Amino acid sequence: MSMYIAKSRLSYIHTNIHRTQEIVCSQIQLFNMTPKILSKDICGRSWNTARCYILDPFVSLACRKTKSEVKLLGAWPSPFVMRARIALNIKSVSYEFLEETFQPKSPLLLDSNPVYKKVPVLINQDKPICESLIIVQYVDDVWSSGPSILPSEPYDRAIARFWATYLDDKWYPTLRSVRGAKGEDDRKKLITEVGEGLTLLEDALNKTSRGKDFFGGDQIGYLDIAFGCFLGWLRVTESLTGVKLLDQVKTPCLVKWAERFCAHGAVKDVMPQTEKLVEFAKMLMAKMAASTPN
Amino acid sequence: MAQEDVKLLGVVGSPFVCRVQIALKLKGVEYKFVTQDLQNKSEELLKYNPIHKKVPVLVHNERPINESLVIVEYIDEAWKGKSILPADPYQRALARFWAKFIDDKVFGAAWKSVFTVNEEEREKNVKETHEGLQFLEDELKGKFFGGEEYGLVDIAAVNIAFWVPLVQEVAGLQLFTNDKFPKLYKWSQEFLSQPTIKECLPPRDPIFSFFKARYESLLASAK
Repeated sequence: MSMYIAKSRLSYIHTNIHRTQEIVCSQIQLFNMTPKILSKDICGRSWNTARCYILDPFVSLACRKTKSEVKLLGAWPSPFVMRARIALNIKSVSYEFLEETFQPKSPLLLDSNPVYKKVPVLINQDKPICESLIIVQYVDDVWSSGPSILPSEPYDRAIARFWATYLDDKWYPTLRSVRGAKGEDDRKKLITEVGEGLTLLEDALNKTSRGKDFFGGDQIGYLDIAFGCFLGWLRVTESLTGVKLLDQVKTPCLVKWAERFCAHGAVKDVMPQTEKLVEFAKMLMAKMAASTPN
Repeated sequence: MAQEDVKLLGVVGSPFVCRVQIALKLKGVEYKFVTQDLQNKSEELLKYNPIHKKVPVLVHNERPINESLVIVEYIDEAWKGKSILPADPYQRALARFWAKFIDDKVFGAAWKSVFTVNEEEREKNVKETHEGLQFLEDELKGKFFGGEEYGLVDIAAVNIAFWVPLVQEVAGLQLFTNDKFPKLYKWSQEFLSQPTIKECLPPRDPIFSFFKARYESLLASAK
């Protein structure tokens, strides 16, 4: 019984109590359900004032089962969700993956990430953590006995954080806009920018790996996760444009790194297949074209 | 003990540079402030921040660190003394979340509300600023975002406490007011009056004149 189903059911129950007072309430015990998870709008007021207790075997069983479970709310094509999954895999944390429905966004998503309403959201002991890079650092902090994700030296950590910010603020938005480019000139310019970024990352890899396999050294680390999650979409862009972006001539180290990263135990089961992503991208592009006036 | 060589490349009047100055002061770190001319960027700046070519840049024993929030976390990790980030992992995640939120959703929109000549863009950014400030208003539960003592989020929010009221006055906008955001306003007055923070703030009048001149030249170029 997933917590997601329990909460949807709970929100239905509470919404109905709020609206119709004829609903007869019986007793329910909520195990470890903190007000943070249950939206104030949905049940806060009715819970506090009406003090309704409902016996719902569905909900109470789910609550009992999910007392200390780790959940990740996500979507299979999202590179940001992948980051969280890799981090949890590195630490060998068992977690329940909840595929977000979108259209409409689930009550769980809106509740646990009211600011951005985006995936991934990690829920650990009923506490939601949002933003993929923050989730990765959180996982590293909490499961500290597992292999380290962030480097141990403050300076190396700062460099890893700097590049992760660069990837999110500059490089990936440029890669994304290649698909939506208006005209060949625009596309060429964006592809050049993506390529320039990759040259910078090739240089960063050489500096931070210190001759080892990954940005993190012997093992995959924060920057490997931050960058590696984009490899699927990078390949999609290569497939759709016919341009080789990760290039044996210009970025040989990155090419080798990409192979090693994708083959890594913590990565291979959560990296979506490029063909599936291409199909997904084409579907998105068709949807966008249909909704945009000529 | 090796002599620590700490330099901060910056400009007086930059909120991002101010964050770093606050962090360094909190840790009692001695450093050299190297004023930059952003219209005529120095070789040093281009060498230490070739990608963004921006301030602040912290140079510690010849090693550069860029991006204000990355620098602040680095300072917290590299030097002992008063902690800037909380110790608890969940609280740390929340602190990082709200600090990033300030940059992604609030400060950028506030800036764009002022420095634009497009009415539609102004309206859109004013709305986004208000939404962002409301989230912060709701999030503020104690004396500071960090609790009884100020921390990462408060330091990140120095942009909102000092710079937003300043630039909104330049454009005659009502972005951040006591009426709309009483808790946040009270926090800003308390925070800006803390001795360490006060010492790191730039003088208000010259900064106001600088931004007023920039605003007026923007209006003039649009005509």
